[in-house]
Amino acid sequence: MNTVIGNPLPRVEDARLLTGQGKYIDDLGTPGNTAQAAIVRSSYPHAYIQSIDITEALSVPGVKGVITGKDVQTYLNPFSVGVSTPVKYYPIAIDKVRYVGEPVAVVIAKNRYIAEDAAELVKVKYETLEPIVDIEKSIEEDAPILHENVGSNIANHRNFHYGNVDQAFNDADRIIKHKFNFPKYTATPIETYGIIAQYESSSDQYTIQANFHGPFIIQSVMAGALKIPSNRLRIIVPKDIGGSYGIKAGTFPYMVLCAVASRIIGCPVKWIEDRQEHLSASSSGTDRVTYIEAAVKEDGKVLGLKMKMIDNVGAYIRAPEPACLYRTHANSTGAYDIPNLMIDGYVVMTNKLPTGLIRGYGGQELYFPLERIMQMIAFDLGLDPAEVIQKNLIKAEQFPYHTASGGIYDSGDYEKAFHLALDTGKYQEFRQKQEEARRKGKIFGVGLACIVEPSGSNMGYITIALTPEERAASLPKSGASEAATISMDPMGSVNVRISTTPSGQGHETVAAQIVSDVLQIPTEQINVVAELDTSTSAWSIASGSYSSRFASLGSSAVYYAAHKVREKILKIAAHHLQVAEDDLTIENASIYSKADPSKKYSVKRAAGSAHWNPMSLPEGMEPGIYETYFYTAKKAEAPDENDLINSSVTYGFVADLVTVEIDPETGEVNILDYITIHDAGKLLNPLIVDGQIFGGLVHGLGGALYEELAYDEKGQFLTGSFMDYLVPTAPEIPNITIKHIESPSPVTPLGAKGLGEGNTMSAPVAIANAVSDALKPYQITIDSLPLSPNKIWNLLSEQKVTNS
Amino acid sequence: MGVHQIRLTINGKTFVEEAEPRMLLSDFIRENCGLTGTHVGCEHGVCGACTVIVNGSAVRSCLMFAVQADGEEIQTVEGLSQNGELTPLQQNFKECHGLQCGFCTPGILMSTSDYLAKNPEPSKKEIKEMLSGHLCRCTGYDGILKAIQKTVEDNKETILIEGS
Ligand code: FES
Ligand code: FES
Repeated sequence: MNTVIGNPLPRVEDARLLTGQGKYIDDLGTPGNTAQAAIVRSSYPHAYIQSIDITEALSVPGVKGVITGKDVQTYLNPFSVGVSTPVKYYPIAIDKVRYVGEPVAVVIAKNRYIAEDAAELVKVKYETLEPIVDIEKSIEEDAPILHENVGSNIANHRNFHYGNVDQAFNDADRIIKHKFNFPKYTATPIETYGIIAQYESSSDQYTIQANFHGPFIIQSVMAGALKIPSNRLRIIVPKDIGGSYGIKAGTFPYMVLCAVASRIIGCPVKWIEDRQEHLSASSSGTDRVTYIEAAVKEDGKVLGLKMKMIDNVGAYIRAPEPACLYRTHANSTGAYDIPNLMIDGYVVMTNKLPTGLIRGYGGQELYFPLERIMQMIAFDLGLDPAEVIQKNLIKAEQFPYHTASGGIYDSGDYEKAFHLALDTGKYQEFRQKQEEARRKGKIFGVGLACIVEPSGSNMGYITIALTPEERAASLPKSGASEAATISMDPMGSVNVRISTTPSGQGHETVAAQIVSDVLQIPTEQINVVAELDTSTSAWSIASGSYSSRFASLGSSAVYYAAHKVREKILKIAAHHLQVAEDDLTIENASIYSKADPSKKYSVKRAAGSAHWNPMSLPEGMEPGIYETYFYTAKKAEAPDENDLINSSVTYGFVADLVTVEIDPETGEVNILDYITIHDAGKLLNPLIVDGQIFGGLVHGLGGALYEELAYDEKGQFLTGSFMDYLVPTAPEIPNITIKHIESPSPVTPLGAKGLGEGNTMSAPVAIANAVSDALKPYQITIDSLPLSPNKIWNLLSEQKVTNS
Repeated sequence: MGVHQIRLTINGKTFVEEAEPRMLLSDFIRENCGLTGTHVGCEHGVCGACTVIVNGSAVRSCLMFAVQADGEEIQTVEGLSQNGELTPLQQNFKECHGLQCGFCTPGILMSTSDYLAKNPEPSKKEIKEMLSGHLCRCTGYDGILKAIQKTVEDNKETILIEGS
């Protein structure tokens, strides 16, 4: 049998999804007495709750009960979070609301229609307070304070020095600096949040089914919030999740809210979020202000960087935040060889929706200022941006490359990939075209971005939010683990159980490919089970899908678990055939001796012996075939006392070239061509790989041009429907060319790295660079997103006014 | 609120169910008729996930009340493949990786089936226009577009072969 890893195999998931047989959360059966929840939410960004009158709501026929913050307090602790600031976050407001959309009451009724009717009858009286939404104003002296017990709006602050930054800035010919704003945007999976929660008093156990997908460290966080031993919280994740892109990961307050509601009301509670709730009150990306300063030589070489970053986590800080600030810590200097680095990182709270994971998490916020400043350096020095990038890129012979902040870039050939981007995009030719176009009054531009795509998060990175002294006082955290279980039943059929809770990434297919290769069984005969059940699955704190960890970690767990099975059946065959184990190999479901191929034993028979005839097994061997492997990548140490941290396991590379034309009349940005070159190590399934890249790129494009969760200056939420929150549709998608080079990772057994987030990180800045390049003759610099026609048009007209 | 008896056919099968006048067709199909292949993504007519075919036209079932569908003939994603055989469009979605999480897929399949039945040879631009009524956050639309284009091409070939 040929190997199937690396083949563009169509997916095993598709047959059920194409015929309406997917099993998403809202498709699962519920016990007959299940009630439905509707949530009453705050319409104020910042206010004290004076009173909540539920009498009228309770009188609606079919209503089973209404609960408020006061009712849940007995059963809950605030969610724990990885910073020392004492922010108290509950899944429902207790005495104060801090963002528009924050839950204040939950109505439980026979069905959703009744619950929503009754929710409208709940009367809440508020005493309004001054809101704060601006990042920088939130840390001013007289800013309204969200959490009185914290005393300021700062949730976390850390300062990092690596190398000799002062020296670098002294040696520089020029210092180039600018301030950038990255907006708050989200991912809008088409399936919203969904939960079925059930409390059983006899065992004091909560069972929650939800389209939540990790990291499963949150299981411990939720058990803590529910004040129960962790084995009394059973989380079951359905095999199909209708997209997430991170939004359904991390602290999922509604799971705890529905669980408590089930306990108080005394029946299972189901809740399916609606779109407005999703946009206003689920989770979102983190908006950031960055002040960046680069110390540069006249030839474009960057000697050092200073970055002051201020992340806005919204009304409450919740796990895994402040991870947006730290996920990319190891790759803070991107694709460049810059040994001197200073980071001053703040995390602030304002009256907006709390944030969490999102595709690209931290990457787009980091690369927006970094890649913009690279272009500004070029413009300032009168050099070509490609030349400045080239001058600073890490060279092939420098791998494994140690970054200033502790990262170990495992493999790559950045120059090769970058040149491939320039050649594919016909960079020089475009420059000429641009000149001609300018003469004709047309506005053309080209943008470049080179980014490092981290994948497989080291669970220790988040502790970098604490000082080395604070860390020393607690249990160290490290590793990037994942588990998989593979079993062979009495008839020799294979079941694979994964804990990577996919939401469309095709993990079932890739797991089947890997097992097929190791055990030499056709993929069609392998059954992959993607449901995760914390009471019965093999899992660990890092389990789940986020930080593109399947290709680097999940696949490795499957690979090694398959090898354990392989070893066992080879041992059984060796025993029966009376040959040495290493003389045996497997092909086409048959085990045979390499020395004497006539000595054969079928895989089915080996599995059969383990079940039907355990007396025939070699001395000391356990019956049955059921193997679990817990994998952790080795290069995932806890941060050291100098704050050095290798925050991810593998590091891919993306080089983008994008060309745009801007309509001077409307300000509309029209993308002419988008070229993206990827190096994600060994590709496990190219069909799925390109699908992931397209999806990530279009999300990045949305971030660049359309998407923003907008609030007015009074904290009112403005984008509560798909009419206001714009996401790209098919006609907006430009020509996209994807090319690959493969520098296998030495860190993972299959040489694979994670991917699918890279362009979400790179596209916003690549497009911003193209637009800045186009508008260079007008002295316009792009330092915020999204680049809506309105924004560009305003910039252009302001410019015309100052020129005239 | 009073309930009405609603009789309709879905994928050729008759359903007689009771519903309040305010019940959405999408909820009726999913909850009363148990056909959960039709998905709900926004309930305000933008995402297209809930699209079904009512009397030969693609409609958003979240924008219609169940009582309005009384007596009508409806097709949902469950009715596309016959005897376990995927339709050519479904097959091409699989081959061209036109779906990831699959949540948007049923709606897109229904719109496209309806559209291609009426416009057998659309241009790429026309296909994109048709797709603009659907949101997909996974695929970037590339695989979807390829799958539909391939279906159009395959159809042309079949017509040629049949005609020759
Ligand atoms: S659910 Fe009907 S269009 Fe979105
Ligand atoms: S496949 Fe997931 S939204 Fe389209």
